[in-house]
Amino acid sequence: MSRALTVVSGLVMDERVSFSLGEVSRACGVSAELVMEMVEEGVVEPLGREPAEWRFRGDAVTRVQTALRLSEDLRVNLAGAALALDLMDELMELRQSRTRVAYYEREA
Amino acid sequence: MEFKDYYAILGVDRDASQEDIKRAYRKLARKYHPDVSKEADAEQRFKEVGEAYEVLKDPEKRKAYDQLGRGYHQGEDFRPPPGWEPGFDFAGGGFTDAGDFSDFFESIFGGGFRPGGRGGAGARGGGFRAAGQDVVARVEITLEDAFNGTHRQITFPHREVTADGRIKETSQTLNVKIPKGITEGQRVRLSGQGEPGFGGGPQGDLYLEVHFRPHRRFHVEGRDIFLDLPVTPWEAALGAQVSVPTLGGQVGLKIPPGSQSGRKLRLKQRGLPGDPPGDQYVALRIVVPRPETDEQRALYERMAREMPFDPRKDL
Repeated sequence: MSRALTVVSGLVMDERVSFSLGEVSRACGVSAELVMEMVEEGVVEPLGREPAEWRFRGDAVTRVQTALRLSEDLRVNLAGAALALDLMDELMELRQSRTRVAYYEREA
Repeated sequence: MEFKDYYAILGVDRDASQEDIKRAYRKLARKYHPDVSKEADAEQRFKEVGEAYEVLKDPEKRKAYDQLGRGYHQGEDFRPPPGWEPGFDFAGGGFTDAGDFSDFFESIFGGGFRPGGRGGAGARGGGFRAAGQDVVARVEITLEDAFNGTHRQITFPHREVTADGRIKETSQTLNVKIPKGITEGQRVRLSGQGEPGFGGGPQGDLYLEVHFRPHRRFHVEGRDIFLDLPVTPWEAALGAQVSVPTLGGQVGLKIPPGSQSGRKLRLKQRGLPGDPPGDQYVALRIVVPRPETDEQRALYERMAREMPFDPRKDL
């Protein structure tokens, strides 16, 4: 017998949601100090001056999690993870514009 | 079960030095890391490489593997000899999770799940307490789904802690709402729907990573939609009002007179919903009809005579 499942809603981790330092560290299971180090190395860039005022965009959580995996799996340090993340963003933009060029150049 | 040739997986010889093995592993780990690679089977390959390295990096495990695997080839049916007692230790982190090693690995080295990843502060101090691992599930939706919003039933592997404290592998199904305006690669976070915690630690989160299926007509970048619109030479030259498809339905578009192929026109806020909503860009592509009859050919010839025009004069 099949039973209809209740629809569950989540939070879209985009630029419209923002998190405090504590919320980011809890979501990623790391200490606030490590997130502060990541801010220093440019892995994530919060808005606000003091750590107590910092607000992180939703995609910052994904960046912190990716940086953690890169440092655990590939032994890169935080500066290297920041560089890798920026290059991966650039690569994604290039891939998108390349598919757009291919899209416009396709045969009728 | 299938025998795994860990040397072949790492692309090294059976007599490779520990240094060679380490170098080969690092290179392949960078290549197949699921955060870096876009290959469809990256995660699978990355785990395979991690498993191979877990064995070959440790002289004791390597020796046991060499001894048991003598004469076997990749993919052959393998059974450990009777009385074989696995008694090895391993741990993982990130994507390299010891709990995900293959049955082949476990038959030789033993299984047993060890919580890794997000131990955080809770994993230390008095008593053992750890947050459950986060789970990332991928879901493919259509552009129309992203425009209108949808919900998706997703099933993913799930570990449960039973009453006697053992880990049971099950699967969990959730019906998740995907709100309209979501963009490629974005994640929806479902707090507490990940793996269970240990010793009273909180449950991990479930992240649903959304990807778009390629669309027959539209190309998407962020919230902007791109459409290639075929037009006739006379529509481009004289201007016209045409109907174009958008995700929200057909809309009227005015083609300005004297338009060239490749000209981009913007339909404001006709892209994916959001704050602000995306736009739709329409690129004109002039399609020249083939003359099929003498009259049609004469029409082109008349144009050639009466419209002196050299598109190559600047070359």
